[in-house]
Amino acid sequence: MRLIKKLVSMARRRSPWLFHLNTGGCNGCDIEFSACLAPRYDVEQAGILLVGSPRHADILCVTGPVTRGTRAALETIYAQMPEPKVVVALGNCPATCDVFAGSPAIEGPLDRILPVDVYVPGCPPRPHDLIKGVAQAVAILADQQPRDRRIIEGVNQ
Amino acid sequence: MSFTIPIGPYHPALEEPCKVQVICEGEIVQDVSLSVKYNFRGVEWLAERRNYHQAIALVERVCGICSNVHALTFCNALEGLAGLTVPERAQYIRTIMVELERLTSHALWAGIAAEVMGFQTLFMTCFAMREQLMDLLETISGNRIHYGMNCIGGVTRDLANPEAVRITVRRVRQTVTDQLIPLFTEDKTIHARCSGIGQMTKEQAVAWGAVGPTARASGLTEDIRQTSPYAAYNQLEFKVPVETSGDVFARVVVRLLEMVESCHIVEQALDQIPPGPIHHGPIFVEIPRGEAVARAEAPRGELFYYVSSDGTDIPCRVKIRTPSFVNLPTVRLMMLQANLADVPLINASIDPCYSCTSR
Repeated sequence: MRLIKKLVSMARRRSPWLFHLNTGGCNGCDIEFSACLAPRYDVEQAGILLVGSPRHADILCVTGPVTRGTRAALETIYAQMPEPKVVVALGNCPATCDVFAGSPAIEGPLDRILPVDVYVPGCPPRPHDLIKGVAQAVAILADQQPRDRRIIEGVNQ
Repeated sequence: MSFTIPIGPYHPALEEPCKVQVICEGEIVQDVSLSVKYNFRGVEWLAERRNYHQAIALVERVCGICSNVHALTFCNALEGLAGLTVPERAQYIRTIMVELERLTSHALWAGIAAEVMGFQTLFMTCFAMREQLMDLLETISGNRIHYGMNCIGGVTRDLANPEAVRITVRRVRQTVTDQLIPLFTEDKTIHARCSGIGQMTKEQAVAWGAVGPTARASGLTEDIRQTSPYAAYNQLEFKVPVETSGDVFARVVVRLLEMVESCHIVEQALDQIPPGPIHHGPIFVEIPRGEAVARAEAPRGELFYYVSSDGTDIPCRVKIRTPSFVNLPTVRLMMLQANLADVPLINASIDPCYSCTSR
């Protein structure tokens, strides 16, 4: 069993699978995220794979300030991800709501709703920073340190 | 027996949250309903609580793809209200920035359309070309997206190195004419996927109020750059590409030809740009009581701003009408009786931007 655990841990470190979630931002970070998949930054050659289902993902990359319309979906998607999971907040919006702070249509910042592991600042962050943020998330994933998680109803069950 | 297929709000084919419900009979689409509430951030509400300078940064973040044109149109409205004349050089720099933004936007769209068709190589080609433009925009403005170039009465940064712009634009034009246009127009796969799909006639385009490349692919010649010129467009010569077939393929062709025209506009603007100041004078401008509108041709079509002022430093009302807002309903029209497999492509063909639509 220990060997299998070791193997899984290694695989996770070498090939993290990402799920990307736009919680109602302006699109800027999402475009930079797709630019990471393009030839210049090409994250796939580093083993990083973008997946279409949260059930396959290790890392959740969130952009946007979490609007009212997306909160329920965000919580569902987080709950669908298998443990261990890491949340990366891409850009200023999930960290502070950026220019949208104070709007009644916003439920963010993200750390009110989910435990956030890595923050990547910038409006939008440059692709280098995005990749660095994902690398930090991979390091957390490899350590598998138990984290102080806030229990949120319906999220961690 | 009809059945409903819900797609979204989060789906691998969608970049942004959006819910599409397709009602099908077999493989044939009978009806479509779109829900775009997910991106609502209350930008207009916030703009009525920020001062004019903060509001420029706010409206820039309505959309990450066409951010510069939002700030430009908002500034145009405010300049109309305050009766400011913007220096010639600033007008030219604005034009160059807007056209470069149109190039990146269309390059992004071409890449995503290629990916939706399953043509990965073309997606990579488009994005590789787009990176050159992003580098250029970063050199000019300091940021890859949200350039912060516009302020009331001018621009914030001068064009320090016009040669760099010229070199990149020449390279981009070469890629478009030598690679993208032949690939998109001659490839059999693309013809099979695009020709005759998502039809919209000229009458339908008028009735549904389509704007921008979507309307021009159906034979309408409306382009705000020509019908009511802003920035330096009245001193530049350019053609407005129009196609008449009204299908997805026509929209592809219109956007590709627009990219070539944009390169042409930037080169002309670089030739004609006069020396001089880039700002009319004081940075903080008093906005008098009154109301103003401004229109501009964003990459997706006509962008409209209404600003009302009561003489304080905070706008009374800011109303934004974005091109995607009027183009999205036409998707339903195009999808009726279409094949289910063509739904993502038809949706992508109008270049929808949900963060613009639902602000």
